[in-house]
Amino acid sequence: MKFVVAVKQVPDTAEVRIDPERGTLIRDGVPSIMNPFDTYALEEAMKWRDELGGVVTVITMGPPQAESVLKEAISMGADDAILISDRAFAGADTWATSHTLAAAVAELGDVDAVFFGKQAIDGDTAQTGPSVAASLDWPQITFVGKVRELNKDSIIAERYVETGMQVVQTELPVVLTILKDANVPRVPSLRGKMKSRKVQIPVWKLSDLGLTEAETGLNGSPTKVVVTATPEARTGGQIHEGSTEELVSRLADLLLGEGGEA
Amino acid sequence: MLNEDLQAIKEICIEIGEKHILPIRAELDEENKFPREIMNIMAQSDLFTIYIPEEYGGTGMGSMALAVATEELSRYCGGVAVSYAANALGAMPILLMGSEEQKKKYLPQLASGEKLCAFALTEPEAGSDAGGVKTRAIKDGDHYILNGTKQWITNGGEAQIYTVIALTDPERGARGASAFIVEEGTPGFNYGKKENKMGIRASATRELIFEDCRIPAENLISREGFGFMVAMKTLDNSRPGVAAQAVGIAQGALDEALKYSNERKQFGVKINSFQGLQFMLADMGTQIEAARALTYTAAGLIDSGAKNFNKVSAMAKVFASDVAMKVTTDAVQILGGYGYMKEYPVEKMMRDAKITQIYEGTNQIQRSVIAKAMIKEAHRK
Repeated sequence: MKFVVAVKQVPDTAEVRIDPERGTLIRDGVPSIMNPFDTYALEEAMKWRDELGGVVTVITMGPPQAESVLKEAISMGADDAILISDRAFAGADTWATSHTLAAAVAELGDVDAVFFGKQAIDGDTAQTGPSVAASLDWPQITFVGKVRELNKDSIIAERYVETGMQVVQTELPVVLTILKDANVPRVPSLRGKMKSRKVQIPVWKLSDLGLTEAETGLNGSPTKVVVTATPEARTGGQIHEGSTEELVSRLADLLLGEGGEA
Repeated sequence: MLNEDLQAIKEICIEIGEKHILPIRAELDEENKFPREIMNIMAQSDLFTIYIPEEYGGTGMGSMALAVATEELSRYCGGVAVSYAANALGAMPILLMGSEEQKKKYLPQLASGEKLCAFALTEPEAGSDAGGVKTRAIKDGDHYILNGTKQWITNGGEAQIYTVIALTDPERGARGASAFIVEEGTPGFNYGKKENKMGIRASATRELIFEDCRIPAENLISREGFGFMVAMKTLDNSRPGVAAQAVGIAQGALDEALKYSNERKQFGVKINSFQGLQFMLADMGTQIEAARALTYTAAGLIDSGAKNFNKVSAMAKVFASDVAMKVTTDAVQILGGYGYMKEYPVEKMMRDAKITQIYEGTNQIQRSVIAKAMIKEAHRK
């Protein structure tokens, strides 16, 4: 089987802050990590590779330093990786990104399934996976909590959605977006880490994908961000001290005083 | 200070520690429960490969690598770490003195973590005096027949491969001992009671009972009469592992003490602003660094191929284990009443630390070894 996992390097949101003046992320000094949801996508692909045989290729579109997430994926057990990186790809929205990733999947050829995390924790759009499926004209199963069956022809997966659980069957090739319910990602292995240190990761550029500048990056992005704003920082709550009786009556006064109805 | 390979090992152990040990260590301790799942994760991460040469399916990274892994795992749980390190101890007789056939047969299964291993020397009457072994092995054609009981065997009941010391010639005492490989499931080989221990409770410590247990003659390691030498060499090689375990437990306790003393306030200020407490922290940190340096020296000496390392290896074990006992006791003191409670991990660390002064040669025996080696060196000149 030939599986592709699309991963994204994201700022560690536990560390990220927003410049309140400019409304942009302050990325300086913020560590970059593999999008946490992508680790479940990677594990799911490797789990099925281990069972069925084949290879797991990890791809990412990003600047040269995004290579580190690919090396991390290799240390966890991915077979190989490709960095999709070109100045022409800069400023891409989800449409242009999906178009570029789909071209890379097509270039790889004979791919059975592409695994995505359900969304990236920086943009939170959850659009790239589905949009790649549309671009490739492949079926997609999003929000996969469990892959029940997978063979060379078809897949049966459980989608965990707000209204409950759906069991979906489709033919391969397919695009999946994976939830964290699906598995527990493995710890990197020593051999994987040694391999990832030595591995040369190929870089695919615009010309390698047969795309034009008009289709990629900022040029290929219909989305225009008009304005971004930071929600006002929450002020600290109030702390009241006293006996239970005092506190209960004060709390009631406060709530009712603010127009609440008991 | 660590090279890239050792750094990689450390990172893997931290990831296993944070994700898989920390959340359940209190439960494993409370319930006396063997960490089977964690062993599987370690296997998947190649941690069992590091002390096994590449030609037998390992990564052949040596004693220093084993010390780094054991130390890092011990920072999270001394019991989990010893369950790991006891595999290296069990494999050591085969690694050091095994035949090519034995290495080919057993080492790859141990490197992959498919099977766990244990070393069985101690008996009710043979602790520090390893010459007091009573278990017999009588040659019977192309088999040996084992009879006797081994006691306090780490990984007992959990391992599938055991290296066992038994007497082939009782007349000759220690010189009549031989080492054997015994596989789980061999008729006549059963497990006795599982011990209820003070510390390292995640690890399994159990009796092995041999009753007319027939094993193939090719399971003899080295030659008849070499068993005591196999055992001593094994322990000399494994002592830096106990030292590393002690360093890790101590470091874990210091980390907790540093964290707590930066949060806890008394008299309106953080308790780490009190000089009396600062002096304790300073001594704990200094002692740990010294113990770590000595441990790495011993491990490095083994990896360098040195022949005489039993003195330094014993020094590392003695020093690091005494440091671990002192540091964990001080950590409980710094956490005060909370430190004495099971809600906080330091009381467990203090219980875990104690065994490092006792097993794989008590610290008293180690001091004899050190002194004898020193006296011998002095008079050789």
